[in-house]
Formats: sequence, C-alpha cells, structure tokens
Amino acid sequence: MSKINFLKPDKDNLTTFLYMGSFLFVISVIDVFLNSFFSLNITGFLPASLSFIIPIIIGFIGLYFIRIEHSGYKFLDQVNKNINTSNFNAILSLLIIFIIIKSIPPILSWFVVDASFAGDSKDVCSGTGACWTYIKVWFRRFMYGMYPNAEQWRINLSFVALALLGSVGYFATEKFKKYLTLYYVVIYPFIAFLFIFFFISGGPIFFDFSYGIIAAVISIIVGFFIPGRFKFYYFIFVPITLYIALKYFIFYEELIELGKLDGLNWVETGAWGGLSLTFIISFFCLIFCFPIGMAFALGRRSDFPLIRYISIGFIEFWRGVPLITVLFMSAVMFPMFLPADFFIDKLVRCIIAISLFEAAYVAEVIRGGLQALPRGQYEAAKSLGMGYWRMHIFVILPQALKLVIPGIANTFLALVKDTPLIFVVGLLEIVGMLNLAKTNPEWLGFAMEGYVFAAIIFWIICYAMSKYSYNLEQKYKTER
Amino acid sequence: MDLKLQKIIPQLITVLVVVLVFGFFTYNAQINMENRGIDFGYGFLSQESSFDVQFSLIEYDGSHSYFRAYLVGLLNTILVSVIGIIIATILGVIVGVARLSPNYLINQFAAFYVEFFRNIPLLLQIFFWYFAALRALPLPQDADAMLGVFFLTIKGLYVPAFIWENLNVFLYSIIAAIISIIVIRIHARKVQETQGKQLPVFWISVGLIFILPLLSFLIGGVSLSFEIPKLKQLATTSFKYEGGISLPPELIALTLSLALYTATFIAECVRAGIQGVGKGQKEAAASIGLNPNQVLKLVVMPQALRIIIPPTTNQYLNLTKNSSLAAAIAYPDLVLVFAGTALMQTGKAIEIVSITMLTYLSLSISISILMNWYNKKIAIKEK
Repeated sequence: MSKINFLKPDKDNLTTFLYMGSFLFVISVIDVFLNSFFSLNITGFLPASLSFIIPIIIGFIGLYFIRIEHSGYKFLDQVNKNINTSNFNAILSLLIIFIIIKSIPPILSWFVVDASFAGDSKDVCSGTGACWTYIKVWFRRFMYGMYPNAEQWRINLSFVALALLGSVGYFATEKFKKYLTLYYVVIYPFIAFLFIFFFISGGPIFFDFSYGIIAAVISIIVGFFIPGRFKFYYFIFVPITLYIALKYFIFYEELIELGKLDGLNWVETGAWGGLSLTFIISFFCLIFCFPIGMAFALGRRSDFPLIRYISIGFIEFWRGVPLITVLFMSAVMFPMFLPADFFIDKLVRCIIAISLFEAAYVAEVIRGGLQALPRGQYEAAKSLGMGYWRMHIFVILPQALKLVIPGIANTFLALVKDTPLIFVVGLLEIVGMLNLAKTNPEWLGFAMEGYVFAAIIFWIICYAMSKYSYNLEQKYKTER
Repeated sequence: MDLKLQKIIPQLITVLVVVLVFGFFTYNAQINMENRGIDFGYGFLSQESSFDVQFSLIEYDGSHSYFRAYLVGLLNTILVSVIGIIIATILGVIVGVARLSPNYLINQFAAFYVEFFRNIPLLLQIFFWYFAALRALPLPQDADAMLGVFFLTIKGLYVPAFIWENLNVFLYSIIAAIISIIVIRIHARKVQETQGKQLPVFWISVGLIFILPLLSFLIGGVSLSFEIPKLKQLATTSFKYEGGISLPPELIALTLSLALYTATFIAECVRAGIQGVGKGQKEAAASIGLNPNQVLKLVVMPQALRIIIPPTTNQYLNLTKNSSLAAAIAYPDLVLVFAGTALMQTGKAIEIVSITMLTYLSLSISISILMNWYNKKIAIKEK
C-alpha cells in the first residue's frame, strides 16, 4: 500500500478518502441533528465556542476529502458538482445544511407539535406553540368580514356564478369564439359588477338587478342590427347608458315607493370584509384597469399631440404617487369634487382609485409591448388598407399583448398585494380583520398566528398566479 | 383640408372632455367649500401646528409651524428610504448573485428567499415585524447587550452615539481623498492610453481613503468618542435607556420589511442583468488576453449594469413610495404627519393632499428624468 498524502485527495486512494470523508461529514451532520432535535451535545466537553464551530470544521474536512474529480461514482460526482466545487462553496453548503437542520425543530413544534387545534376558547392555548384555535374561531370573520353569518351563502353563490360565467371561454363553440373578446372586455365585467354589487349588498335588489338584466338583454338584441363598424362603440356605451337611464330616470319614482319590498337583506359595504373583499376588489380592479390601461397606452403612442400629452400626464401622475395617498384622496378629497347630494359608495370609490392607479402601470407595460413590435408590422397592416382600429385590434395588440404577459402578470400581482391598503378608507379585508381581531380583549396575544395565516393565503394566491402566468407565457410563445 | 380636420376633431373632443370633467370638479369643489365655509389657501402653512411628533430629525415641537411639520415628515420619509435602499441593494445583489451560483443549495436558498418574500403583501410584512416579531423582544431592563454596546429592546434599538470634535476637518479630509482618487484615475488612464502601462490604481485609492482621514486624526485635532446608552430607572417598573442614539421600533420594522421586500425585486434585476451578458462576450474578452478581473470590470459589468440600473432605479422609487405605508404602524412619515395629523387639525383636504402628492410626484419625476438621461447616455449607439 502506497503512502497516503492527506493534503491532496486523489483517485488512487479513492476508497480511503471516500470512507473517511463521508464518515466525517456524516458525523458532523449527526452532531447538529442530535443537538437540535434532542438537545444532546456530544461535543459538550469542549469549550462553548469551540463546540459551536466543531461540526463545521469536521464537515469541511469531510467534504474536502471527498472532493475527487472523475471518481467514477456517478453519485459522488453529482454531489461534488452541485455542492462541493470549492472550499468556499463547501462551507456555504455546510452552513445551509446546518441552518435547515437547526430550524426544523422549532418551526415544526410551533406549527404542529405544540400547537393547539381543538376547543373554541382561549383556554386551550396554553402551550408554547401556535394557537390555531384562534383562527378556527375567527375563521368566518377572516373570510367574510362583518357580513352576517346567515347571508354568507350569497357571497359563495356569487363567486361560484362568476367563476362559471368566466369559464365560458373554454366551452365556446367555434361560432361564438369571435365574440369572446367582446364578452370578456365589455359584457362580463358589466354582469359581474351588477351581480356582486347588487346581489351581495342586497336591499331593493329586485329592481336594480332586473334593470341590469333588461338593459343587457335590450342592448344585445339591438346590437345584432347595428352595423359592424359601430358595434365596438355601441357595446361600450349603450348598455351602461341604458342601465343608468332605467335606474335613475324611468323607474326612479317606483323605486322609492317599492324599495321597501321584500328582497334580500341590505348589507352595507362597510360590513363587507375579509378574504372575500380582497377577491372582490382585486377582481374588479383587474377587470377595469386593463381596458383603461390599454387606452392610455395607445394614447401615449398616438399621432395626435394633444392626446399624447394628456396620456403622458395621466400615466406619469398616477405612477408618481403612492397608492396610499391616492386612497386618501378618494376618501377625503374626492367627495369635495362631487355635487353635494351625490354620494358614491366607499367601496366603489376605492375600486375606481385602485383601477386608475394600476391602469397607469398596465399602460406602461403595454406600451413596452407596442414599442417592441417591428415597424414592419404597422406598415404591412396599413398597406393592406386597414384603418387605425382594425390595425390595432387584429394585428398589433394580439402580438404586443403576447409579448407583455409577464409584465401584466406582475402588475396584477402587485394589485392583489396592494389590496390590504384599503384600511385607509376604513374597509377591512383580511389583514384589516386580523388587526381588528388582534385587539379583541378576549383574544390578545395571537398576532403571530393571524399574520402567518394571512401570509400563507396570500403566498398561495400570488404563487399560483405567477405560475399560471408563466404557463400562459409558454403557451402563447411564438417564434418571430 | 379634409385630412387636417380629421386630425383636429378627435383632439378637440378629448380636450373638451378633459376640460369639462375638470371644470365640473372645480365647480363642485367651489360650491361645496362655500357651503361648508372653508376657504382655499396655503396660508395655514405658517400657522402654529400645536401637535407633537414622537420622532424627528430636526428640532420640532407644537410651537413650530405646519411647514416645519411637513419638513419633519419629509425628512423621516427620506431617512427610511435611504436606509432601506442601502440594505435592499446589498441584500439584493448578494441574493441575485447567489441565484446564479453553481452550488445547488445556495441557488435554491436564494430562490426560496425571493419566492417567499415577494409573494406576501408588504403591508402584511410590516405588520408582522411590528406587531408580532418586535413585540417578542425583551423589556429594556431584561435586554442583553449585543457586542457590549447595542441594546435591542421592545422600545427600539439603542446604539452608541459618535461624539466628534472638529468634525469638519474629518469631512474635508474625506473630500480631499475622493478628489485625489479621481485625479489619479484620470492620470492613470492617460498613462495607459499613451504608454500602455497600468498603475495600481485600486491599491492607491484604498491607501488614500484610509490614510488621509487617519492623518486628520493625528494632525487635524479630530477626535472621536462613543456615548454608550445606559439603563435608567424612571419608576419601579419603568426603565429607559439614556444617551446614545435610539431608533424607534417603527423605524426598524419599516426599514426591515421594506428592505427584505424590495431586495427580492433587486435580486431579480441583478440576475437578469448578469444573465443578459452573452457567453460569447466573456469568451471573446478572455481570448484577447484579459484576466478574469478585467473581464468582469471592463466587459461584463458595463454591459450588465446597462440592463440592471433602469429597473433597479424603479425599485428604489417603489421603495420610496412604499415607505408611505409607515402610516399603518404610526411611524411619523410625510403621510402620517402631514396628510394625517395636520389634515385632521386644519381640515384643508385639497391643499394638504395636493401638497403630499406633489412632493412624491416631484421626487419620482426628477428621478425618472435623471434615469432617462442616464439611459440615453449609456445606450448602445447603433448606426
């Protein structure tokens, strides 16, 4: 047997180094493992500071021994390539492994082992772990806010209905496919707005809701006789005008008299809250900010200087101010700008403010897409005799929007993450409800559980959205 | 003529709509203010504010004017933003580089950090640090000193204060060091261009930045001493640290969450920038005989920075705007002091909200003008 040079591991003495290295490495991991899981300190006889770094030293020597290139063992080569390329990397890898081992027991014990799940009062939460009972007791409040328990089926029903209406696109036959964009941009938001606003808030629902249905039906029927070039403008303006006309001018007197008829119980928007409010607000802002943003993106690239400057002013204004001041404005300043007897609901004001705010960001993202298209696309479309709107709807926007899917997804994510800010105007979605529950004298001291709960929910929503946008991006990726 | 009309009409309609909407709003505002007996004007700025702010960088109490209160808020906003930007940049660059590491564990760790922190609303993170994490800290009398001089308690972080003598001499020495470094760099470049020799600029710079301030201590009469915070008993159960600098827990929670949140976005910018430099660039640089340091300094970094800087500035702006969330945990920033307390006291909604918005607006617009100028300067000049 030849002499072994311990300072330089080599292939000739592979087994020796492999056994020694693995042994040392495993020893160091076991040391940390015992220390953190069973609080056993096998190096306890050493001084405290030495005993602290000894696993790192042992593990480092172990990793040094097994760092042998082209050893012939596939597994060993993989390990070396991935976590053990140099001394520096070896130490970093060891530190990360040790941090993970060290942090598992406290996290596990807080989340599961010492946590209390049973019961429905504070008394069961005496352990050192989390008090999930608190979440359980307050669950309905976190989900629905102050919405009356007996009426919560309305929220659930609305969400299910909207999800079904939203999934129409998947089932549309070839014949209706061309109307899908129109449906999603104009009709669906309109129906959704009526549905949520009047079904969830209740009150003299029959009238409001039926006006909406009447307006929608009439405008769709008349819409078939409108010549194609005006259809776009028609569907943007007519249904809403019709609805407002019905509500405020034609049936107004009857509404006042019959308004006290039995309908669903009126629930004012101040009582809405919890996660459902987060969904409602993000949903509406998402729907509204997209067309507004698109309009301003086109406006910013318009040939007409006045339109261009107005668009630039709009976009830069909203992008320059923080959302919280915008909400402040909608809460304290906006009522001053309206006629004295004219009242807009707090929630609607909020939705308008957030939509305008996010629209500016969407506009910038879409402008990026428009700029990225080569000029040949515009020229080709023009040479086919297309006008401005045809060119944009059929040639430019489909390509530009495809390019900016990640950017738009990021803006929407930001929107969802911005919804908790509505606490400024006194609306309490899930984070606001947490802050309210935290100050309840019977349930003091469980702030941590609440925030962790909300963080998990938001994390799942946002992560799912970003993964979905990634899939969408891959799906619509075309070679150009 | 026809064509001209086609161009003018849409513009006229748009302008008309905008003017009408604004006119409608102003008209209503006038009527509303008349009804409520409020008069419009910025005269209140010089009136006595008569409210107190618990944390301010400049001297302030109730007898100062509203304008002074505005300044206090603005300075507090800037303080949070600057600290947050520094921490976020350092953290973001480290994490961004770590995400590109060949070490599997490290890049997964960095990826976990990014995915974790950027998918949780910032406000929730601020609440978490302020109401949950920092509340678990010890009371002042139970706090252990970190490194013997820092005290982290439920009432905030106490750090030693620097007490300078002849501070201006020290500052002059630093300025002198910076100027001489710039001069030497220009000279070194000239030498390299004319004679092809390379001077050890880096080591000269390091030497200068240490030696000149050191000289100011030895010759200029500058001296530095520390004032370490001391525990003082106010009542039987009430303790307080005196001396040193105290950072309120609101400031700590806010900067921490802003930095941790923004760092994830900066990390992504850094990663995109480094990945954006083609492999061929590095190989080409190596093949003409540059050493790895020079490749990084002369070839990779200039190109990567061109990609990194614009989105990173955007993130800085976002951080500054997000610092307005301070109002949620009662850190006295611009929004809380001015758009909150001052607005409640004076009732001048339009004036105060417009001033607050204009402040943020001018901040962002000036930075974006600067950025556009910089972008134009470093953009690749194509033929």
